[in-house]
Amino acid sequence: MFRIIRKNAISNRDSIIIRATAIILALLVSAVFLAALQLNPALVYQGMLKGAFGSVYSFKETIIRAIPLLITALGISVAFKMQFWNIGGEGQILMGAFLSSFFAFNFPSMPKVPLLTIMMVAGLIGGAIWAFIPAFFKSKWGTNETIVTLMMNYVALKWITYLQNGPWRDKASMGFPQMPLFKENAILPNVLGINIGWIIAILLVIAMYIFMNKTKKGYEIAVLGESEKTANYAGVNIKKTIIIAMLLSGGLCGLAGTIQASAVSYTLSVQVSGGVGYTAIIVAWLGALSAPVILVVSILFAALIEGGSYIQTAFGTPESTALILQSMVLFFVLGSEFFIRYKIVKKSTHSGKEVV
Amino acid sequence: MENKVPYVCMKNIKKIFGKVIANKNVNLTVEGGEVHALLGENGAGKSTLMNMLSGVYSPDFGEVLIHGKQVSFSSPKDAIESRIGMIYQHFKLVENMSAEENIMLGQKHKIFLSSSKVKKRVNEICSKYSLELDLDKKVYDMSVGEKQTLEILKVLYRGADILILDEPTTVFTPQEARKLFQIMNKMKENGCAVIFITHKMEEVMEISDRITVLRKGETVKTLNKIDTNPEELAELMVGHSVDLSIKRGEPKDNKVVLEVKGLTVLNEDNLEALSNINFNLKNGEILGVAGIANSGQRELCEAIAGIYPIKSGEIILEDENIAGKNPRDIIKKGISMSFVPEDRLGMGLVGSMDMVDNLLLKSYHNQDGFFIDKTPAVVKAKEITKKLKIQTPDVFYPIKNLSGGNIQKILLGRELDSNPHVLIMAYPVRGLDINTCYTIYDLMNEQKEKGVGVLFIGEDLDVLIQLCDRIMVMYNGKITGTVDAKNITKEKLGLLMVGKKSESEGKSVV
Repeated sequence: MFRIIRKNAISNRDSIIIRATAIILALLVSAVFLAALQLNPALVYQGMLKGAFGSVYSFKETIIRAIPLLITALGISVAFKMQFWNIGGEGQILMGAFLSSFFAFNFPSMPKVPLLTIMMVAGLIGGAIWAFIPAFFKSKWGTNETIVTLMMNYVALKWITYLQNGPWRDKASMGFPQMPLFKENAILPNVLGINIGWIIAILLVIAMYIFMNKTKKGYEIAVLGESEKTANYAGVNIKKTIIIAMLLSGGLCGLAGTIQASAVSYTLSVQVSGGVGYTAIIVAWLGALSAPVILVVSILFAALIEGGSYIQTAFGTPESTALILQSMVLFFVLGSEFFIRYKIVKKSTHSGKEVV
Repeated sequence: MENKVPYVCMKNIKKIFGKVIANKNVNLTVEGGEVHALLGENGAGKSTLMNMLSGVYSPDFGEVLIHGKQVSFSSPKDAIESRIGMIYQHFKLVENMSAEENIMLGQKHKIFLSSSKVKKRVNEICSKYSLELDLDKKVYDMSVGEKQTLEILKVLYRGADILILDEPTTVFTPQEARKLFQIMNKMKENGCAVIFITHKMEEVMEISDRITVLRKGETVKTLNKIDTNPEELAELMVGHSVDLSIKRGEPKDNKVVLEVKGLTVLNEDNLEALSNINFNLKNGEILGVAGIANSGQRELCEAIAGIYPIKSGEIILEDENIAGKNPRDIIKKGISMSFVPEDRLGMGLVGSMDMVDNLLLKSYHNQDGFFIDKTPAVVKAKEITKKLKIQTPDVFYPIKNLSGGNIQKILLGRELDSNPHVLIMAYPVRGLDINTCYTIYDLMNEQKEKGVGVLFIGEDLDVLIQLCDRIMVMYNGKITGTVDAKNITKEKLGLLMVGKKSESEGKSVV
């Protein structure tokens, strides 16, 4: 017989060992799967590494993919820290992209700097509005934020679909449901060959780290997440804190939408979010809701996706192969959380919970 | 006695949890037909020992003999089969089932239950041990006393002749406790072995035949009650002589610092959780609040602290009505409220945060600007650690990993540090060892000396009577009486606690 027992505290070293073991196990299990497909696992893994970091080009692609993941995950982590389950990142990205595209389409002749500034502010506001609605309902009537944020995603998606097929459709697209490309002055510039989003993202990592750890609001959000009763008792204005945190959370997601529309797809479309709003939830969670860790995790995650798409072309595997590799890694890493929190001991010499 | 086989015999028991030695060199012998008290402070290893006897844990070393036969339990079921019944402090009953269904739960039986047979056996047991219980009553309709009777009935039905009662009187009025003692005596007469875990000296002296004292996981001594006295027992428990009396200074001046007038609050179901509460609290006075659990103590504390919405009434702090003000303003005006809930965390402290962040909880908003400066809190944390002898690796250690007593000291340290005008302390000594309890009583007296008005919500009537100047008794959201602590007995308090207004004291609000 075995028993499961809660661990007290775990050293950083141990938690790194556990997580690394999880990744190695994931690769081993995937290797069996790849071998069954008559592929050489070693070559495939090598290919993935090469696809993610093997050349300047692939490295840039990985970073470009990491930027929206990182910014969205930062936004989501604010809400999660408060135990407000914002799974509406997808909708907030779309609405941020929508509002900034509104300016890109309507003020094509505005000079670059003011236009881009306005677009970024608009992105923040668009995402923030989309997050404000569920936050308001939650603070006013105690609605379930998981449901409301999720529904808001579909509303946003349908809204963009409508624009794409209707009023904002490119007249020159010969019937294709797509919007015109942004003019040059609505496109974010590159720095060192990668869109300026990476600088924004790094600044945000620093800012969010300081916000969550050194400011009153960040402290209040953390207390509120831990216990609403305690927050109430300390005099924290709960409704106001929920709203502020969600405005920030949605705002960051919206900004990610602006960057995607302006620097990656050069226009607005339903593909702008591309599932980032959901993937970022995993990134935020794996990053333990801490900004610096999220930075690392989002790059690794982007590498996994980039490497996955490289092996599709290099080895002619179907897309699902790459997806299975990704999910295997996720499965093991998330599963390893169990071993970080609990240990399994033999019943005869078990050591139970402390009774002192 | 020599020929009799002891019902329970535990020899050289040792139990280790990780690095903590919970029990070592424990020897316990319990005969049939005796009430055997197991006395020790919190953390002395009483519960661990009993959990081994009831099959929850198994000992790492040592042997257990039940009715002379060596046993090794691997689950509570084994213990039940050896006729051991444990009655836990927190009842293990299914709320929305009737008494009978609770008794039958988990029993081996055929597909169809013969209710009449069950009833017959239960009735036999009831008359044998003079228990009274309506078998069809649902548990959620039962009082605490009835629930306990049901627990006892449940283990007796399973054939237990070794009963373990884990701090059974914690939530009882003196009258309920008396009733339980009668039942225990009845068990004794019927030849059962009763093991009674407690840390209350008075009860030990009243009910037990023999007493085994545990200290720091080891048995210190087993004594006959008639050969000992509370002072000796306390000394054995703590390891050095302790003064069991609590000093009570005279109240300083008579200026009213806090006055509550006609306070009424509604709970979620729109029922009155507090109705028309009137009382005052003076500078330099300790006003005790007694009452059975959930009589409105929590709502009272929270209403004064501004957390609970108030329907009507006034709360006047130094000539200003603070009813309806927000919690932060009330903190700033000098009311400090600390409520220690049953799980000790959950209110007033954040478990995953360190001591520094927890100290900041009530003061961070006094800092100017957007950022928090943690340096003063670090200094303060170190001060409090030293002053209250808090055991922690350092002040940046998540407090949920500390022991309950240390967590509580952090809470109290923070509240006392805020230099309040009114100090509200609800259950501050919940689960603490004797020494720490006395430290806390001293701290309260210190505040009283300083002229602070202290409202002390307590569980232990003996302490309330010794420590407070006046005691206010609550029942069902109402005040049933406010009495002078110097001339009151536990029994009279007990009557007020169950809602019986006494003729004379009832209205003697000073």
